Order: sequence, then C-alpha cells, then structure tokens
Amino acid sequence: MTTSPERTGAEVEHVTLTVDGVQVSVPKDTLVIRAAEQVGVQIPRFCDHPLLAPVGACRQCLVDVPDAGNGRGFPKPQASCTLQVAEGMVVNTQATSPVADKAQQGIMEFLLINHPLDCPVCDKGGECPLQNQAMSNGRGESRFSEGGGVKRTYPKPINISANVLLDRERCVLCARCTRFSEQIAGDPFIALIERGALQQVGIYEKEPFESYFSGNTIQICPVGALTSAEYRFRSRPFDLVSTPSIAEHDACGAAIRVDHRRGKVMRRLAGNDPEVNEEWITDKDRFGFAYAQLPDRLTYPQVRDESGELRPASWPEAFAVAARGLRAAGACAVLPGGRVTAEDAYAYAKFARVALGTNDVDFRARPLSAEEASFLAAEVVLRGPGDGGVTYADLEAASTVVLAGLEPEDEAGTIFLRLRKANRAHGTRVLALAPYSSRGLQKMGGRLLPTAPGDEPAVLDSLVGHSDFGLDASSVLLVGERLATVPGALSAAARLAHRTGARLAWVPRRAGDRGALEAGCLPTLLPGGRPVASPDARVDAATAWGVDRLPETPGRDTDQIVSALRSGELGGLVIGGVDPDDTSDPAATRAAIEAASFVVALELRETEVTRAADVVFPVAAAVEKAGMFVTWEGRPREFPAVLSVPHALPDLRVLAGIAEELGAPLGFRTVTEVRAQLTEMGPWDGERATLDEAAPAGAASGEGLRLATWKQMIDDGSLTDGEPYLRATARAPIARVSPATYATLPAGTAAVVVSGDRGELTLPVEVADDMVDGTVWVPARSAGAGVLAALAAPGSPVRLAATETPATPAGASDPAHHGGVQ
Amino acid sequence: MSEISTLTPVLTDNWDAERSWTLASYEAHGGYDGLRKALSMEPSAVIDEVKESGLRGRGGAGFPTGMKWSFIPQDNPKPKYLVVNADESEPGTCKDIPLMMASPHTLVEGVIISSYAIRANRAFIYVRGEVLHVIRRLQRAVQEAYLAGHLGKNIHGSGYDLDLVVHPGAGAYICGEETALLDSLEGRRGQPRLRPPFPAVAGLYASPTVINNVESIASVPSIIANGAEWFASMGTEKSKGFGIFSLSGHVKNPGQYEAPLGITLRELIDLAGGVREGHELKFWTPGGSSTPLFTAEHLDVPLDFESVAASGSMLGTRALQIFDDSTCVVRAVLRWTEFYKHESCGKCTPCREGTWWLVQTLAKLERGEGTEADLELLLDQCDNILGRAFCALGDGATSPITSSIQFFRDEYLAHLTHGGCPFDPAASTVFATAGAH
Repeated sequence: MTTSPERTGAEVEHVTLTVDGVQVSVPKDTLVIRAAEQVGVQIPRFCDHPLLAPVGACRQCLVDVPDAGNGRGFPKPQASCTLQVAEGMVVNTQATSPVADKAQQGIMEFLLINHPLDCPVCDKGGECPLQNQAMSNGRGESRFSEGGGVKRTYPKPINISANVLLDRERCVLCARCTRFSEQIAGDPFIALIERGALQQVGIYEKEPFESYFSGNTIQICPVGALTSAEYRFRSRPFDLVSTPSIAEHDACGAAIRVDHRRGKVMRRLAGNDPEVNEEWITDKDRFGFAYAQLPDRLTYPQVRDESGELRPASWPEAFAVAARGLRAAGACAVLPGGRVTAEDAYAYAKFARVALGTNDVDFRARPLSAEEASFLAAEVVLRGPGDGGVTYADLEAASTVVLAGLEPEDEAGTIFLRLRKANRAHGTRVLALAPYSSRGLQKMGGRLLPTAPGDEPAVLDSLVGHSDFGLDASSVLLVGERLATVPGALSAAARLAHRTGARLAWVPRRAGDRGALEAGCLPTLLPGGRPVASPDARVDAATAWGVDRLPETPGRDTDQIVSALRSGELGGLVIGGVDPDDTSDPAATRAAIEAASFVVALELRETEVTRAADVVFPVAAAVEKAGMFVTWEGRPREFPAVLSVPHALPDLRVLAGIAEELGAPLGFRTVTEVRAQLTEMGPWDGERATLDEAAPAGAASGEGLRLATWKQMIDDGSLTDGEPYLRATARAPIARVSPATYATLPAGTAAVVVSGDRGELTLPVEVADDMVDGTVWVPARSAGAGVLAALAAPGSPVRLAATETPATPAGASDPAHHGGVQ
Repeated sequence: MSEISTLTPVLTDNWDAERSWTLASYEAHGGYDGLRKALSMEPSAVIDEVKESGLRGRGGAGFPTGMKWSFIPQDNPKPKYLVVNADESEPGTCKDIPLMMASPHTLVEGVIISSYAIRANRAFIYVRGEVLHVIRRLQRAVQEAYLAGHLGKNIHGSGYDLDLVVHPGAGAYICGEETALLDSLEGRRGQPRLRPPFPAVAGLYASPTVINNVESIASVPSIIANGAEWFASMGTEKSKGFGIFSLSGHVKNPGQYEAPLGITLRELIDLAGGVREGHELKFWTPGGSSTPLFTAEHLDVPLDFESVAASGSMLGTRALQIFDDSTCVVRAVLRWTEFYKHESCGKCTPCREGTWWLVQTLAKLERGEGTEADLELLLDQCDNILGRAFCALGDGATSPITSSIQFFRDEYLAHLTHGGCPFDPAASTVFATAGAH
C-alpha cells in the first residue's frame, strides 16, 4: 500500500472528503494523512513513510474523525497514516480540533520522556523531524523532567555495521529502518527486539547489518538514532550547502543531494526522483565520494621533460606540448573511459574526429566485442523514454523480466530495488541467466535459468516459445555489458526480443557509458547515433561541425587500439579514466601504453597511466563540474557543479585547449557551449545500423572449470578509495562452486587456489547449491589485482586446487592494485 | 435485584470427578456426546445453533460467537483455521487455566465441534507458556482424542478431518491480544497487527481465522448437546448462559463459581462464605485489572455485559478480585501499573512510554511525595493513553488509575498528608494476624 504514483493510465476513482472544513477530492484508498497534505495541512508523523507500508505505531498523527463517511464518527482519535479516505468523510486535524491537538501533544510528550534531548550534540539537530515537530506540536516544558522522571539510558552508540551506528536512547521506535530493510532492500538484518520502553533495534550478534542499501535507514530515521561512521560529528546541517546531483557510481542515474561545506563534500543523501530511484540510493552512491578528496589528486598539469621526468607545467604549455606530441606521433587514438559525463564524452568524440582525424575512439575500457558495437548501434543508441526505450516504470509494470549478463544487486542497485518492488507488488517474474541463484535474485523472488558462461545464446534461444516462460510484449529483457564477452549472446538477445515482442534494454555498469554511446565515443558511431558507415550521417555531422569531411573508415575498438599501439600502427594515445586492470587484457593494455610514442592522460589522481604519460592533465571530478549522465534507459539527467575548484578543468575544456593548439578548434570551451552544440546537432533521424549477428562460439576449449565472474557493488574499485567504513561493508571475496565440484576437492577444503592463464587467486571456497557444474564463480575485482589481470578472461577455463593457505581477507589486497583511476 | 442464587455447574460439573482430566472420566460424564451430535448436523446448522444460543465471547469483549463464525468467508480458497486463545494472563483472571487443568477434554471437544462448524481442518490452542502442567494435560488430552478417533482423519466416519496443535507461548501478556497471538503463533515476535484486514479474512498465515477464548469454545459442546434453548434459558436477555466467576483475594473461599450471567457480587460473596473475617469490602474488579474498579456500592450490579457497562466498567473475564479495607488502593494500582509497564509490547508510543511514566508518578505518590497536582497529571497521562494506543491493552492500563482516583481520591491525598502510605502492608496479606488493620 505504498503511494507511489500509479502509472496505469486508467481513470482512478476519486472520493471527496472534508479536511478541516476544506473539501478535497483524492484517489480512492489514499491515506488521510496524505489527503490532508492536499489541503495544506501537515499532520506530524514519525513511523509514516510514503514508500513503506503503513504501520500506525507511533500514534503521532492522530486526528479526529467526526464522520467516517457513513454518518457515524469514530469515538477515539484515529491514526491518519493508516486510515483510508471514504466518500463524505470528515476529518479534523490539530488545526481545527482540540481533541486531535491534545492527542498529538500527548504523544509528543510521551515520545520525549525517554529521549535524551541531546539536540545540541546530535547530528540530526537542525534537520530533525522530532525536533521540528516537538516545536510545532509539543509543549515547551517537560512535565516528566520537572517531576523528576528517570529516563531509560543505554551505552551509546553501538555499531550495527561498519558503516551504521545506533544510538538507542534517541530512537523513537518508529520502525522505519527495520521496515525499509525488510520491505525495500530485503536485508532484514535489523529488527526490533525486547519490549516496552526497552524495545530497541537489534542485530543478531553474528550477523551485522549487511546491506548495500543500509544508508537509506540513516536518512529516513526521523531522529538522530542512526548515524553513519563517516558523517557522525562532522558537520551541522545549517552549515551545509546542498546541491542536487546524479550519482556517478553506476548507470542507474539515481538522484542524490550533495552537501558541502567550505569546499569539501561532507555527505551525500538520496534525492527524490520518482521516475528513477524514488527515494533510495545504494551505499556506494551515498558514501563513495572521498576518492575526489584524497591527497593524491592531481592539481596541476605535468609534461615530461628532457630528462624523462614529469614536471609541473602551466596549462598553456601543457596544451602546446600535448598538441605538438600528438602531431608528431602520427596516427592517434582516444580512450575516454566509461565515467565521463555526456558533455565530456562528446568532447572526446569530436576531438578524435575533428582534431585527430580518426574514428579510433571507444569508451569501452572493459571486455568488449565487435558484436557489441553493432548491437549498440542497432538496438540501443537513441532509444529512450518515449522512444521505445525501457524505463524503470516499465520494469515495474512488466509481467516478466529476463536478466542476462546482469546481476542487478551488484551492478545496478536501483534496478534491483525496482525489480524487487515489482515482484512484491505485482508478482513480476524475474528470470536470470546466471551460473547460480545469487542472494539478489532470491530477494527479487527470481528464478534461475542455470547458464554456464558461454551458454547464454543457447538459453536465450530456448526462451523463444518456451512453454513455461512465454515472453510477450509485456516482458522486458535486460542485458548487461558482460554479455559482450559471450559471442552470439547479444545477437540471441536481439533475436529473442524480435521474435517474442519483448522489449530490450542494455544495462552498462558505468555512469558515463550510455552517454558516451549517445555522444559518439564508439568507432562506428558519431554523436547522436550517426553511423560512421553512412555517408549521409557523416555529411550531417561534418556540416554541424563546420568541417569539410570526417574520417570515413570505421575506427578501431579498444582492443584493436591496444594491438595497433603495440604493433606501431598507432603512435599517439589520448587516455581518460582507464584502469588497465579493467580492460580485456590488462597486460596488453599496459604494453600498449608503454609502446605508444606519445600519451596524453586526463586523470583525477596519480595512476600508473599518468606515470607513464607524456602530458598529464588534472581533470574535474563529477562534483566539480556541471554535466549530464544518461541512465541505462536513455534518460538524460543533468546536474550542476557542486564545488568550484581552481586546480582541475572538465575533460572537455582540456580537449578544447589541445585542439586549439592543433589548429582544429572544437568550437566550445564550456559545458554550456557543449550542450548548445549537442542540442543543435540533435539525434540522427536517418536509418539505423542493422545488427551484424555473430555466431555462438560453443563451449570453451581446454580442460578445467569455466570462469564466471562479475564485479560486486563494493569491491576494490577506485571510486570507493578513501572510505574505509564503506569498504568494510564489502562482501568477503569467495569462490563459489557446485556441490559436485566441491566433492572433487579434499574433504573439508576451506580455501582454494583458482589458476588460469594469467595467474592465480587464493580464495575461501563455498558451495552454491544450484551452481552449474563445471563452473566456478569469482568476484571480479575483490581480490588481488582482479580476475582479468590475475586470473583469466571470463568464460575461459581455470583450475581449482585446495590450499592450506589462509585466503586473503576482504580489503586486504595489495593497495597498489586499488588503482588511482578516475 | 437478581433472582439468581444458585450455581449452574456445566463446565465445572466434572471437576470433582476422579481423574477428571482423563478421557475415560470425561466420557463417563457424557463427554463427546455433543461431538457425535454435531457431526450428524450440517456445519452451518452448528453455527446457527450457537447463534441461537446467544453465546457471547467469554474472553472479555462479549462478541457473539456464532456471528464471528459466520464472518468466515466460505468461498475463500485458503485453508481456514480455528485458534483458541488460552494465553490467560490478565491479573486476577483464572478461569481458563483451571478449566484446562481439570477438564481439558471439554475444550478439545469444543474445538472439534467449532472447527467442524467453520470447516477448518486445523486448529491451534495457544496456551500460556508458564503453565507447563496445563500444557501437559492438554497435550495428553489431544493424544487421547486422536487415539479415540475424535481427532485425525475421517472423524467417526464423518469424512471430516481435523488436526489440533497445542502451542505454548513464551510468556508475554500482549500475546493474549488476538492479532499479536497470531504473530506469535506464526513464529514472530508478538505484537498486534494493523486491522483491517481482520482475522476472519486474513488471520493466521493470511487465511480466514476464528479466534475464540477457551471458555467460549468449551461452552459449545453443552450447547450442541442440550440445545440452544437450554443455554438461552440461563442468564439475562442479552447476556445469555452461564460463566465461570473467579473470586480471588479477600474472600473466605476463593475459587471458580459457575453461575448464570447476571448474578451479583453480593450473591457470589455469599456463596464464597463472605469477605475476610472482621473486614469490609473496599473495592473489586469485575473483570480483571484492566476493568475499572467497583466498590461496595456496586455489590448489586448484575454481572452481565450490559449492566456492568452501564455502571461504568466491563464484565471482562469475570475475574473478581476482592479487596477489603486493609488494602491500600494506591499500592494495588501501582502494582498493576508496574505489570502493564513490564508487559507493554513497545509497538506504540502511548502504552510504551505512558506506562513508563505512570509507574514513576504513582510510585512518587505512594511514597507520599508530590502534590495534589500530580493527580491531575496522572489523569492527564491516562487521558493521553486511553483511546490513543494501538491496541486495547494501553486502554486497560489506565482503568485502575482513573477509577481508583474517582472513588478513592482522598486516599491518594492521605498519602501526601501522611508522608507515605498510611496502611500496614502486612495487614492485607494472607499471613496477616487476625485483627490486623
């Protein structure tokens, strides 16, 4: 019974009632507390939350109901948060009813008797619903304290997770946190325990509050009972400046609010975007911002001098040196990475074409395929809400959602919450092609379609006309970026969608991926989805840009750029936020950077890439510039700059500076100018590219287990650097095997060495009961240098051996591999 | 006022039999005859019979039992459940536990007939966890009933199946509240549920559920065996039948007295041999500690639902706690209030925080501290709890306080002028020497 906007389109039946003498018409089943909001009356409340099921526990919202709509009134005041409206109902709130007012004052007085009233030292002070409502609906003096009353006390505070602290004295026991954890996140690791005034939020002593969404409980706590280890005692709300923004940690586009003070971000909160994240964000979105404030941030441009050392340089000098070096390097390529804003991505795309004269630009700094590029051009680019794109609302309304190459809880938290909501509210069926049923899948009420890595095309094909899982136009197929590593899988997904009428969407991992696709950071696409192969599209883009011609041959993708740099076909490289360990073949990427004759790096912090570069530009982090992220849906979400910093420029400004020195100005220097160009250029309205279907490769060759892997939400990725409390909530890295595989190991094996052609990882081993035989799952970036660098390519064969060696505990991997990449 | 002066032992009739709790003894007294008769009737006819009898819920609220049964939607595809509330925990109330102790089969037979009537194939007796001896007797009785074919598959060839589970609680007063009981029965922490949906529609495991008090269910076999008219011939016009009146405290012969509804305390005290020698009745509870106190002026109030309500209290569970003039009312009320504080489940603010505060205010008054204004404060606290709490237990906590101030304001004030309790606390005890005051 949540009250999120209904999107059914059907005419909703309305009922008319009178609140404080004012007639108001609201949809049937509306709660009285919300109907009152419609006439401008705010009834005080604590336990009530529009996105949680009503509970009626705190009793703060009592109102007088002299007529329930049947001519008879309620003899007692009613909780307006649990009472549904009825035709002809008469409600008198505290504004007009002395009974309601006294009832509310009485409850407020009760709530405060066991509250410590430590507002002066409480983080919530200044933005506290208890404080505010005690002022508006309570008495000035405490009769309890005057009478010498003795309050209930506790030691304070206690950790209920590495990240979340609980001060039990302040708690008013509204159960918002426990209800959120149960109803929304599905992680009921906190619960009310004990009874009476000793009732308290508790955890099972051996199970801390482990949830990717735990921070939301802090935000919805109506008192200062829940605080974060990160923000506790750091600031007062009235000293903070708030700026709405968009989270940069995944492709979901969750709305956030960034609070800063004196040039430093102090905290981030969930924003309210009903179309996207409602009011929830992941802990990574909330707590992962320290990376931009670490001491190793680059604060000035550098150039490599005659002795081969990097030295500080002025911006104009660095622009000139970069331009000179790129010109001298011959053929150049551009790797912008996947975390750029759409505006920056556009700058990279235009820089490659106009300043470097090449289509060798690819945002994909991770395993990829030519099939994927074709799929993106044919099935993804330019589709958005209203243009045939799948939206969050569509997920909620879908009868069936098929997930392939996507583990939403780890890779797209907002999608996970929406699918869980859909499953709970409407019984939406979630089917996942995965090697085992993850906890995330279980929480979505999902069903596993057991799929070994590489078997996705066959399983997708089998869903056409499947007797149990018949897909139709009410179904949605979500494919993750990981599917690019399976030949034929994206083709099969497109085929399945076309044959069944199911709608198809692509979910990348990084916030900038979809925007970069739209902005033309692909060797085969120009901005606005213009196919490079189409002469019309090239002419269209050239005209918009005021240049004679654009390079005609489709460019190299990231993997091809890497090999061309190594072979010497390419000389220069402009590289953005790319961590070699994320790429298809980290060793090859390192060798390519080494082999390049001239490298220009745009980075936030010092990394192995900047150390190897010839010119290094410090660029602005997401909070330091205005920009736009495009969600996986294709929905644009703009955000303003939060901080203004002198030491870094947006990527687009850097690229514009180099281009000017190259004699090929890009025609913009600011975000506003880029936006104007993007608007003027518009989307391509000509023919879309068609999909070049790829054939499945069949079973992987070689003996051993097939390697399944994905990145856990909180792992060793560089965007959680500097936030130890968040890192501490990461799930411990383990290797998962099937019972049959485990049976081949010596009895009692607790840890294994997983070895592949790139190295080996030692991990604790666990059995996943429904794991596909012959498969081992390993988290991609939670141990050592990660799977790609230190184990093997996803889907390739690996071997397993029992070991006595204690496994590397979470977070204890070599810090050098955390990377310093943007 | 009342013509009634004799007892009507029905439920208690066999309590004095040799090993009355055994199946053999129960059947020797005509036990399970009602069941055989019920199985020969249509289930809906059983409901009609109970409706006609006028049986009202014996757990305190007095809701017509037959009507409650007829609320169970018979077109609901989910299973239906009968749950017997045997979590008797109200201070002063002691009727269900003696009944289950002395004659568990009366309840078991009632469960079978009632389940048959509402077409439930599974029934539960949720019994207070502290009374282990009663739980054992119930479990043994259920076992005997299975062995005798009264329970299980195809009971007596009728084609009707019923399984009965005896489920011990874990010691929480709140689990006597029917929705908290359901949560507890489902394995959760007992806290009352939001209504609607009501248990008749979505109760145990979200299925249609009837929850009845032990005595209500135990009355069913006699109604079926003897007919609705027989039952309705007893009691008053709107409160028909008989009930167990539990007299405790300062009477010569405390115990369970089964009599038609409408009997008066004066008559009951006579039957119990009068109040304690050398003392006068001071105050009493008509239905347990949650019902407003009565005094000697209410001795002739007929103990039926309507008359007690008209006099400002509630018939409740007919737990008649008798206090004579040796008792300090402030002390008694404080003890009850400490009970409510201890047993508040914590879900809603007024009960959780209010009882915490009430105890402190009352304790202060008992110590003779504070002022007369504290009485107004007490009444205001009660006003802020009564009708504001999530369930009726919060309301119950205020009853002894408001009613005692109503009748004994002077005694509260005496504590203040006396600088403490003017009573000898030993005088009200069982071990008090004769003539203590």
